[in-house]
Amino acid sequence: MKIFEVLWNIFTNPLFYKLTLTASTPLLFASLGGVFSEITGVVNIALEGIMLLGAFSSVVITYYTGSVWLGFLLSIPIGIGFSWFHAWASIKWRGNQIVSATALILIAQGLTGFLMEPIFGQPGQTPYVGRINEVTIPGLSKVPFLGEAIGTISPIVILAFAMVLFAWFLIYKTPLGLRMRAVGENPEAADTLGVNVFKIRYFGVLMSGALASMGGAFLSIGEVGNFRELMTGGRGFIALAAMILGNWNPVGAMWACLLFGMSEALANQLQSSPLLNVSATVKPLFNLFPFVVTLVVVAGLIGRTRPPAADGIPYEKEE
Amino acid sequence: MSSRVWAFLVPFFSVIIALLVAAVVIIAIGQNPFIAYKAMIEGAFGNLQALADTIIKTTPLILTGLSVGFGFRAGLFNIGAEGQMIIGAIFATVVGINMRGIPPTLAIPVTMLAGMIGGALWAAISGYLKAKTGAHEVVTTIMLNWIATYISSYLITGPLAVGSGTPKSPEIAPSAKLPPIVTVGALEMTSGIAISIIAAIVMYIILEKTKTGYEVKATGFNPYAAEYGGINISKNIVMCMAISGALAGLAGALEVMGLHHRFLGTLSGGKGFDGISIALIGQNHPIGIIFASFLIASLRTGSSNMQFVGVPKHIVTIIQGIVIFLVAADRIVKTLLKAKKVRK
Repeated sequence: MKIFEVLWNIFTNPLFYKLTLTASTPLLFASLGGVFSEITGVVNIALEGIMLLGAFSSVVITYYTGSVWLGFLLSIPIGIGFSWFHAWASIKWRGNQIVSATALILIAQGLTGFLMEPIFGQPGQTPYVGRINEVTIPGLSKVPFLGEAIGTISPIVILAFAMVLFAWFLIYKTPLGLRMRAVGENPEAADTLGVNVFKIRYFGVLMSGALASMGGAFLSIGEVGNFRELMTGGRGFIALAAMILGNWNPVGAMWACLLFGMSEALANQLQSSPLLNVSATVKPLFNLFPFVVTLVVVAGLIGRTRPPAADGIPYEKEE
Repeated sequence: MSSRVWAFLVPFFSVIIALLVAAVVIIAIGQNPFIAYKAMIEGAFGNLQALADTIIKTTPLILTGLSVGFGFRAGLFNIGAEGQMIIGAIFATVVGINMRGIPPTLAIPVTMLAGMIGGALWAAISGYLKAKTGAHEVVTTIMLNWIATYISSYLITGPLAVGSGTPKSPEIAPSAKLPPIVTVGALEMTSGIAISIIAAIVMYIILEKTKTGYEVKATGFNPYAAEYGGINISKNIVMCMAISGALAGLAGALEVMGLHHRFLGTLSGGKGFDGISIALIGQNHPIGIIFASFLIASLRTGSSNMQFVGVPKHIVTIIQGIVIFLVAADRIVKTLLKAKKVRK
């Protein structure tokens, strides 16, 4: 069977694992963002929009400053600022969180498309502005196989996995994390104990903005070095599914992101496999791989997950 | 003020605020908002052809708006109108191509029905998954949107492809094409608009005057109470998603039957997503949805004309986003309006 030979070739190729990590990275940032927002009780399906804006703003900042690192770092406050609107609408004004997030996605799509022409003078995609270089990890790069897979890698990929550890520690090992979980599970009780429900929820949503924006920035200046219209292509929603699959837990979300990253990498490798010789006509069918995986996994495993009890419910302080 | 008055006032003032904010954005890129908006209004209603174009664009939007709105009434957030519309268009195309030699009185309803079935089946997947496993319809419908998009790009370059150049399917049989009501220049305004409006009226009657409508609204209002009251929630969820999908599928079918006469792959161009805005602006009411569709269609038609005065057409998406944002957080608008009254 030729397909088994192709799969064997893919799975024994160290580059496949590198591709999996790279494909998981933007999902991981956004997914962790989702965890931060939802454990405090605010549903944030705007991740897709925040990522898009992060991808665009990091390219714009790199274009003007000439520094990819400034582009990456300064896109974070932009993501925070943008997600503030969602926090403001859903915490202060107790608006419908799904609707408000849908609005942010539209605004991000409109804004990034709109600004392309005045800034870069062309619609569709921006010129190449540079990308964050990969780093070689001394020692590790010498190890056979492993060295080829992760010996030379983007520092942003490392940052993404470090964020998992950070998020896990913050949420489960610090007083702030305990408050966040309390606010998401039972805001009335947390309020009674003197926790400022509104402040904690703002923190959760703004963190999701910071993280999703980093995920977007990785897509543009971390990988390809430019911005294309709607380049997030549904990754914000896959990240959302990963968060649900990971049971609103940073480590669980990481495993789910790796699964989706792997399905993206596999689709990619199958398409370009010289052995299979996929015709241009059939190629679009491979692109639906990650989405089918998401659908099957979300539908098949959802029974085992449980969202925070107050997720999506606006909190009204009793006077 | 009664909730009925607010249901009208909030979207109305949201649109005005959005236009004001967009004006600031237009100034920020060094353009004159008065010139831009004048170009937009002329582009949408300036002459008979512009008006016909706006009405043609209104047709599918009424249906995707009804699709999302119907879902909302049942407590379902169907973001999948986009995918359901694509599948509806594919079903209608495949059936429409094979209608040669069959009289229009039969070919037109059969092709339309095919589109509705396509959309209904596609949406029912999400409904079934929600009822069976609790998978949230927001996630599943979005996945199904992407799957539909890639299936359509496969079909249009592969099995359904015909000719060279831009991917396109063969033309549907002449008997399956919708007859035009008015012809303005090269534009044919078909009977699709009438079908959309009839669909809105039918939805109104179903929701307000039938037992099914009562069950749908009860499920949307409080599923636990509805279940206690003897309504089968699982069955209702699947049925509501299917009806919602059938409306979006009909939108796809009408685009094929009345406008392009073939499947072009990229036919939707966000009309399914516009359905979300429209349902919200129209407050999920069939009549409100007709007006909201006309508003969004005018913005879209007018936006092409704005390009000529140097304002990218994406400004319309920003306007739409701001309107939805304000409708979501309607208390902002209510507070603003109340503050104004107090000052008087």
